[in-house]
Amino acid sequence: MERLPRFEDPNLLVGFDTSDDACVYRMQNGMALLQTVDFFPPMVDDPYAFGQIAAANAMSDIYAMGASPTLAMNLLCVPNCLELDTVEQILAGGYSKVREAGAIVAGGHTIEDEEPKFGLCVTGFALPEQVLTNSGAQPGDLLVLTKPIGSGVLATALKAGLLGQKETGDLVAVMAELNKAARDAVVEIGAHACTDVTGFGLLGHSYEMAAGSGTTIEIGAAQVPLMDGAKDFANMGIVPGGAYTNLEYLQDKIFFDPAVELPMQDLLLDPQTSGGLLVSLEGEKALRLVQALSGVTPCAKIVGRVLPFNGKSVRVTAQ
Amino acid sequence: MAQIIDACGRSCPEPVLMTKKALESHEARYEVLVDNNTARQNVTRFAKSAGYTVGVTEEADLFRLVLTKS
Repeated sequence: MERLPRFEDPNLLVGFDTSDDACVYRMQNGMALLQTVDFFPPMVDDPYAFGQIAAANAMSDIYAMGASPTLAMNLLCVPNCLELDTVEQILAGGYSKVREAGAIVAGGHTIEDEEPKFGLCVTGFALPEQVLTNSGAQPGDLLVLTKPIGSGVLATALKAGLLGQKETGDLVAVMAELNKAARDAVVEIGAHACTDVTGFGLLGHSYEMAAGSGTTIEIGAAQVPLMDGAKDFANMGIVPGGAYTNLEYLQDKIFFDPAVELPMQDLLLDPQTSGGLLVSLEGEKALRLVQALSGVTPCAKIVGRVLPFNGKSVRVTAQ
Repeated sequence: MAQIIDACGRSCPEPVLMTKKALESHEARYEVLVDNNTARQNVTRFAKSAGYTVGVTEEADLFRLVLTKS
């Protein structure tokens, strides 16, 4: 990929060389435009729920930058055998989340494909100084995670036919939840850095934040909120391949306390779909953020802290 | 002679499910053949959680996992 040409523009405030969640472009009126795109194949059978999850996941990248989505465009791939009603359900699920976000769907594009896929290209606006990146974490900060971990493992369990109706409903609810309330609270309280936890898992996104900030991030495994059943399924080897790919990429960048059990290690590396925000902010503000979200996103918890760089970008302690 | 579970060409979670089903016969020893790291790791985790010790040998195109009741 390094042979590809690089694009440069003085108005591109955040591009893709810092592994951030969305690009940020300064417009002529001084406002910043934020843009992101994400789409994927279904991980649940219910087309409406799939649409909701894909839309929540795509818009999350805008929330993770401290902005709000304004415009969305559909990206849709459908096999020609898929019933029109099913396609409509996928879109209806997506639209429900776009509406909940206070944004609009302004268009899109559909192509034929063997496997269905859905997602959004999302645009938001913010003042440049309000944009939160993943690279401002400061030693002394605490880290707050706003959703529980385990959606990759549980989606694999669902695929294996091992998940009950209630567990499936709980999984869908977590993945379909917008990071809107979390973003609003983060912006009101003020934070140094923010990202959302998705494909690279909690530790992968912690690594990006630590590396971007020149710090070490310490995660206390016992503090990390988990979805019900996730640890049991991880223990019996229902772990998606992405978790092992994440470990391969991160293993020389992470120190694991030997007391951290293997299923917990797997979950910390588990790729998340539409995961929560990971926020780095001063200690007193972290407590306020958890307090502010206690009625809305009850799983929001302090999961770690930021230290001066000490040899490894991420350290995982048992407690 | 150990029962052989050939999960080559299968992607997760299938190798775990095949092993899970085979282990219902409660034998003392099984051999599971897989051809990718995810399946190797996942079958190892599953077998350990079911009370087996796991030995791995890497062959030309596959991993041979020997499961022994501990």
